[in-house]
Amino acid sequence: MQLTQTHVDYWHKNLVLTSILLVIWFIVTYVMAWFAVPLAEVKFFGWPLSFYMAAQGSLIVYVVIIGFYAWKMRQYDIEHGVHEGETD
Amino acid sequence: MATTQPRASQSEFNRQLKKYYTFYTGGFVLFVIFLAIAEKMGMSNKWIGYFFLFFTIILYAGIGIMSRTLEVAEYYVAGRRVPALFNGMATGADWMSAASFIGMAGTLYLSGFDGLAFIMGWTGGYVLVAVLLAPYLRKFGQFTIPDFLGARYGGNIVRSFGVLAAILASFTYVVAQIYGVGIITSKFTGLEFGIGVFVGLAGILVCSFLGGMRAVTWTQVAQYIILIIAYLIPVIWLSVKHTGIPLPQFVYGGVLEKVTEREKQLTADPKEQEVRKIFAERAAAASAKAAKAAEVYPAEKAAAAKKVEDLKAASAPRTEVEAAEKAVKDFPGDAKAAATKWAADAKAAQGRSAPPKPHGTPFPGKDEKARDTARLNFIGIVFCMMFGTAALPHILMRYYTTPSVHEARVSVFWSLFFIFLLYFTAPALAVLAKYDVYTQVVGKSFSELPAWVNAWRAVDATLLNITDVNRDGIVQLAEIVIGGDIIVLATPEIAGLPYVVSGLVAAGGLAAALSTADGLLLTIANALSHDLYYKMINPNATPGVRITVSKFLLLGVAIIAAYVTSLKPGNILFLVGAAFSIAASAFFPALVLGIFWKRASKWGAIAGIVAGLGTCLYYMVHTYPTFIQWFGTTPIQKWWGLEPISAGLFGVPIGIITIIVVSLLTPAPDRDVQELVDHVRYPNLKGDISTEGT
Repeated sequence: MQLTQTHVDYWHKNLVLTSILLVIWFIVTYVMAWFAVPLAEVKFFGWPLSFYMAAQGSLIVYVVIIGFYAWKMRQYDIEHGVHEGETD
Repeated sequence: MATTQPRASQSEFNRQLKKYYTFYTGGFVLFVIFLAIAEKMGMSNKWIGYFFLFFTIILYAGIGIMSRTLEVAEYYVAGRRVPALFNGMATGADWMSAASFIGMAGTLYLSGFDGLAFIMGWTGGYVLVAVLLAPYLRKFGQFTIPDFLGARYGGNIVRSFGVLAAILASFTYVVAQIYGVGIITSKFTGLEFGIGVFVGLAGILVCSFLGGMRAVTWTQVAQYIILIIAYLIPVIWLSVKHTGIPLPQFVYGGVLEKVTEREKQLTADPKEQEVRKIFAERAAAASAKAAKAAEVYPAEKAAAAKKVEDLKAASAPRTEVEAAEKAVKDFPGDAKAAATKWAADAKAAQGRSAPPKPHGTPFPGKDEKARDTARLNFIGIVFCMMFGTAALPHILMRYYTTPSVHEARVSVFWSLFFIFLLYFTAPALAVLAKYDVYTQVVGKSFSELPAWVNAWRAVDATLLNITDVNRDGIVQLAEIVIGGDIIVLATPEIAGLPYVVSGLVAAGGLAAALSTADGLLLTIANALSHDLYYKMINPNATPGVRITVSKFLLLGVAIIAAYVTSLKPGNILFLVGAAFSIAASAFFPALVLGIFWKRASKWGAIAGIVAGLGTCLYYMVHTYPTFIQWFGTTPIQKWWGLEPISAGLFGVPIGIITIIVVSLLTPAPDRDVQELVDHVRYPNLKGDISTEGT
């Protein structure tokens, strides 16, 4: 099994994508929680913003992150010729 | 590669599944409508409860029997042809336990913002699963999580640690589920707790025993459908009652504002303050008694006995006499026991003398230090629940069952989507229920309480207890003691729905507990039969023998778990949390570094697992009161005030650092391991090795 340049690029792109998504994940989770007290002063459709984020906003971001990852990685798979046979 | 099914057969399979489950959902809705009509015609509540309980268990058993199998790949990973959407539903049911279904909204009701740590933790963990683990484990494609550790790090030592940690985490968690099954069956059918446990256990076993992962998967899909319908209907109804809009998740911001407004009123209300003052006085009295228990014990005991006589002489109401007699009967046997009891009384009364906790405010506390500790604990819980999610074997195992790496990625998306449906509803339910209690119960006279309040007060005083402390005939908030579980269980009645919906909620709770218990028991049995027996003891075992061994282990583990459950071991939420911390500390570092860092070596992994798990367990057994009692350990000061449930906050980083340091000090892994890592990183490589298990 020999890895070619395109394989190396694929893995590199994957790492970049993974890191970016994890940074977003970190911000909406931990940075938000750290500053929850000041953020509670901001109102969002009736909710204090930190309450809204912890109860709903962050969750929506998580779902979007995972969906985006699956979609983008599929593109990378095909671009670099490492995709599997069709299954669905 | 042979991982993928021929295209036509897989899409045909997919279509058939959609057809079956559409019929199934329609059938279930008809069943509920039929029972609703039967209720109108006079069927008793008890029979409605029985119908729901037995109909659903028979249904799961039916799916279990239809999916029976003797093929290894079918038994362990459902033949690796579960489409992403269905694997998502199955993971949802696998994931959402009795604690999520029944306990979650109650925890949020009681702790407000702080409870949201569980909501974030139990959803955000899937981001880690999606980008760090699921696709790679699917490409590896064996049967269990210790399988991966064994192959990646080589040798049986890492595998055995994997088996040990998998069993430790899963067993703690399964006890909590069986407990939930016992509670639900006994509550809705009137069976005894012990019998309820065994009825539920029968339900669990019929699914997993005959068909392993294959049966569990298709049952879990069915269970997900029931549990999500059962959760959403009452909340939607309650939302219509208070806001006129059937979308609770989008409109409860306004209700939260009203709750906050009401909290301020109740904090300032003179009658409320009067009741809180009474509790403050009781707390002071009780702690004074506790301080000099030895002196006052005889006098107190005599006083309790005298009270019964006085009440009888004054021909007081029967309930008061009975309460006084009970106090004599339960009076502590000696001064030492009395001191403990009075100290506990003081603490309880102290708690009730506090004004209502503001629901929407993060980390309330009396000073800067208390608020900082609250914040650290919030972050600690979020962290441990997230990393635990990304390390619990029964969840990770589910991603072995999809037809391809791509489907595994998509299936994490569906998993979180289906979990999200329940988790973004729970905070709405908590706020709506609180609004109802604050406006429809508090401030009303005892003679005009809503029917559900009187019904639940009669059923179980630990769930709902209201006493007229200041004897003004009006309910004050401080006079109410509410158990978290009531929020979900009583919502149908609060919303004014017929009893059939309560039965539906019970069926939903049961589905949640059974599905999680199934997944966990299977994980334990597989760790023992596949990793311990087949991989380490008898590698020549035939497929038939392997499956038979697994089935007997499943039965054995289930019985042990039911026995441990019948001892009623402590706080369920703590048990669940402990399982997450344990799994996170033991597995997460070794799994993720194994994929992303080729240099991670065998001895690095061993040291990392020992150090991570060791730190976590050390912290728990030295800070959690029940464990201190069990193991006779000496308590230590909590590090930065972190609660024992979040011990993983120390375990995970220590595990990661240890793996890195020890790996760098020991020789790099050989070529085979490097190839294995490349293999799992690419969904498809030409001339690739194959690791798929058969």
